[in-house]
Amino acid sequence: MITHLLSGTFLPSVLASAPGADTAQAASIAHGPKWVLLIPFLALLAACLNGVYAAMGNKTKLPAWTTVALLAVSFFATVAMATGFDGNAYTVKAFDWIQVHGDASSFVANFSFYVDTLTIYWMLFVTGLATLIALYASEYMSHDVGVSYSRFFAGFALFVFSMSCLVMGDNLVMLYLGWEGVGLCSYLLIGYYYKKPAAVAAAKKAFIVNRVGDLGLALGLYLVFVHFGTVEYAALFSDEKLLGYLDAAKVGAFDQIPAIAEWIALLLMVGAFGKSAQFPLYVWLPDAMEGPTPVSALIHAATMVTAGVYLIARFYPVFLISEHALPIVAWIGTITALLAATIGMAQFDIKRIMAYSTVSQLGYMFAGLGVLTPTGGAYHVLTHAFFKALLFLCCGAVMHGFAGQLDLRKLSGLRRVKGWGVVTFGMLVGCLNLAGVPFTAGYFSKDTILAEAFVTPGASLIGWILLLTAGLTAYYTFRVFFRVFMGPTEFHPGDEHHDDHGDDGDDHAHDDHGHGDKGGFHPHAPGWAINAVLATLTIASLAASGLYFVGSGEHHGTETKHYADTMVSSSTASYHSPYSEHAFHAGDHGDSHAADDHADPNAVQAGVGPRGTITEPLLLFGQDPHKVMYYVSGVVGVIGIGLAWCFHLWGRTEAATCRMDSLARLFGPIPRWAENKWYVDEFYNAAIRVPLRIASHLMHWFDKLVIDGIVNLAGMAPRMFGWMVRPSQSGVLQGYAAGMVGGLAMLLVVILLVVRLGGGS
Amino acid sequence: MTPMLTLGVSEYALPASVLAPYLFVSAAMFAIGLIGFLTRKNLIIMFLCTELMFQAAGLALIAFGRHHLGEDGQTFVIFVLCVAAAEAAMALALVVLLFRRRETLSAEAWKELKG
Repeated sequence: MITHLLSGTFLPSVLASAPGADTAQAASIAHGPKWVLLIPFLALLAACLNGVYAAMGNKTKLPAWTTVALLAVSFFATVAMATGFDGNAYTVKAFDWIQVHGDASSFVANFSFYVDTLTIYWMLFVTGLATLIALYASEYMSHDVGVSYSRFFAGFALFVFSMSCLVMGDNLVMLYLGWEGVGLCSYLLIGYYYKKPAAVAAAKKAFIVNRVGDLGLALGLYLVFVHFGTVEYAALFSDEKLLGYLDAAKVGAFDQIPAIAEWIALLLMVGAFGKSAQFPLYVWLPDAMEGPTPVSALIHAATMVTAGVYLIARFYPVFLISEHALPIVAWIGTITALLAATIGMAQFDIKRIMAYSTVSQLGYMFAGLGVLTPTGGAYHVLTHAFFKALLFLCCGAVMHGFAGQLDLRKLSGLRRVKGWGVVTFGMLVGCLNLAGVPFTAGYFSKDTILAEAFVTPGASLIGWILLLTAGLTAYYTFRVFFRVFMGPTEFHPGDEHHDDHGDDGDDHAHDDHGHGDKGGFHPHAPGWAINAVLATLTIASLAASGLYFVGSGEHHGTETKHYADTMVSSSTASYHSPYSEHAFHAGDHGDSHAADDHADPNAVQAGVGPRGTITEPLLLFGQDPHKVMYYVSGVVGVIGIGLAWCFHLWGRTEAATCRMDSLARLFGPIPRWAENKWYVDEFYNAAIRVPLRIASHLMHWFDKLVIDGIVNLAGMAPRMFGWMVRPSQSGVLQGYAAGMVGGLAMLLVVILLVVRLGGGS
Repeated sequence: MTPMLTLGVSEYALPASVLAPYLFVSAAMFAIGLIGFLTRKNLIIMFLCTELMFQAAGLALIAFGRHHLGEDGQTFVIFVLCVAAAEAAMALALVVLLFRRRETLSAEAWKELKG
């Protein structure tokens, strides 16, 4: 394969080496209605219009209203797509994109969209949240009305388009296009305040760290084509070879699966880790909070960072045939969840706490995928999207109103400040969800993952770690809530007045607050747009728990438990997917995983190895984990909240100090280490950046001394010669003439001698 | 027998004994020109010396032409004269310009044109 890569005729050789793909096979999938194309292309239209506004120098809020309106239509189109879906996946083709036809096989990647339940599930919250957050941003970004405002919404809309391509694309190349597109938009929007060095550095960091993951995705894409001969989902997931591998994987016969097929999953996994900020590659996400808060809420909490979860869920059959991929996913997710939670506990910047919490919750989702519950992962994606967007937007409202202040030691008791009721209530609901308080959406989705971790053999340690993390999550979440919104009312405005508002805010809304005059500071309460969005999201977060009770029943021949399960189980994310009758039949012991927490309350379920090997039933406190987890995780969550209350609210009289301060001293330097993010960034700096720098300096000097030396030496030779003969050019005219005469004389002498010695005599 | 000069090619070749004085005169003119060029500093004198060397060569060419009974020597001299005339016009114009720059005709004044 390497030799193919190295040879000049790259593509034809790939086509020759790829197994013969019958392109007609892909055509067997039905074509859907064309109006589905509105969903991505309205977002693209919004991006283009915003570019036009910027070019025309628009000074109104028109970009915001355009974006909100078009995204809202896009959302309603998605709803229509969801309600009109009859259970059979279909594709909608926009136009032919890449069509390379070889003798044996063809590489076909059309600009075409694939709609099944997983697509619909993802697109519903992507477009819905995008609309709401665009509305929020219309007020939040109002200080920047002008070209920057258009620029923001252009990036925002372009992000939605890219995300739609990622989620809806019907082949891996479309997914890759969207994947890079969201990465680009993320870069552009993190670096929105491009005059601020920290924002620029964060944007670059995000982009570069994502490069590492994207390399994995690109190689995975390549391997998929080489091995399966197609990158189109419809053909790929009904590929005989893949189904054969799934059969082999089901009975644990991994030696029948070629290593190249296993590598696909491992490489795609690396891509997912990069985009979804998992353990080795998570460092970019907390820094990405330098971007405007709506961006943090939409891209870096709710949607883009779940792309990795989507990728693994979409390619679940491919992950199942890899012996090591899913366990690695589970462990990386677990490590990330714990690590990020411990860092989040020690931070003081509330937005950064939310960022680490996002990393931690993404870890949960990956752990869920790894312990064979794509449903749990996807369910947590949905609930997390709502409550984390809500939390971020509340933090953003605080930041907006208090002149960029985000330090929880400088804000306290906001609930009593006039006009902050909606924010306080939204924050409370978000925190309850994140903490996993019983009967919230976050509680149900987290339980699904936790319980499945205890059911999966060999994963109970994962379960315990995740349970501990749940407690930590509850603690740090309510640490924020109790410090900022409860307790005595006290606030100090942000000293970096313009920090959040980029372009040297000339006619700044904050100007009347008086710089540096803390006594004269009046926080400006959020306006109608922010409040409306927060209220909507609060309701949505509360209502999301209702999803646990709807949509259960018989769907496409499989019994499903709740809405998310229904949506995920009838897509490629399930291994009882309609694409593969061969794979993982429901009905044997595997169905405790297959139908997810298909809980038969009376039966203790047998734990089934991921590969179908039946092991002893796994018990938690002598009970079925699915049942017990409801109580256990609820109790853990409440304990976390209790600890937070005890240390951060009880008897607190001012914003800056609390009972935790004295307690933290008992732990010695550990809290400081956690506050400094366990020095992971410093480690990367020392282990990667510094050696690279040294190596590049060495290369630089090698280039300068050796390579340039050789070149300069070649250039030096004529110069040396010139230096030698230069004195002869004296500038004296007679000197030159004498030289000529002398030369002539010598020539004559030579000729005479030749004549005399030669023919002359 | 008196040599008869015609407009075209002469009928009688110049014998070697008659040729020698021509060549002596030519060599003397060339030597005078060369020595003058090497020793004098005045640009106009130097220019005149080059002209002298030119004409020395021309004389030798014509003499040899008669000696060999060929037209080439004369033809070549005609060309040389044309070129010399053109060159003289240019060279004298240059001398005028150089003089205007330095208010002197000495070749020493242009010593900075060294390597």
